[in-house]
Amino acid sequence: MATEENKSAAAGGGFVYLPLIAGWLVPGAGHFLLRKWGRGALLAASVLGMFVMGLAMHGKLYSGAHDVLDILGLVGDLGNGLLFIVSRALGLGADQVQITTGDYGTRFIVVAGLLNVIAAVDAHNLRTGRKK
Amino acid sequence: MTHFSAVVLFALFASIVFGITQRETPRRMIRYGVYCFLLFVGSAIALSWIMYLIAR
Repeated sequence: MATEENKSAAAGGGFVYLPLIAGWLVPGAGHFLLRKWGRGALLAASVLGMFVMGLAMHGKLYSGAHDVLDILGLVGDLGNGLLFIVSRALGLGADQVQITTGDYGTRFIVVAGLLNVIAAVDAHNLRTGRKK
Repeated sequence: MTHFSAVVLFALFASIVFGITQRETPRRMIRYGVYCFLLFVGSAIALSWIMYLIAR
């Protein structure tokens, strides 16, 4: 549990939500901003690895929401930040899942986004002093 | 890629993120990451056997 002194010290100057936003847009960037190089590198490698493997397995990138499951998938995909936006712009990812591994790939991409959100929130907690 | 290797890679990546984000000291991060990894893979193997036995 962080003390009040730690919290106020960690929450020094600057925009307090910067690590959160940077971490969401670029995996690991929130931790890099806080000079947590090792943690940031591992988080970036994990999220990026999972996302790339999802694409390599012909996973689907959600583009629209036709039902509740599509909405949840799209929310998960959006957690990847710029990875998702750039991949959509480049036309990567399958439009329809046609092979078995494509279904796995779709889940890999969604979970990569969810893990990236967890990592970004962790960077925010480090920034505010809630976590050491 | 086999189903099992997909499970192992999924468990590996998820466990790394869980370990780093859910614990504060490096030692506890590693311990929690290994714990999550074993739970992921162990659960997958156990559930696979259960489904195999149900389907017989």
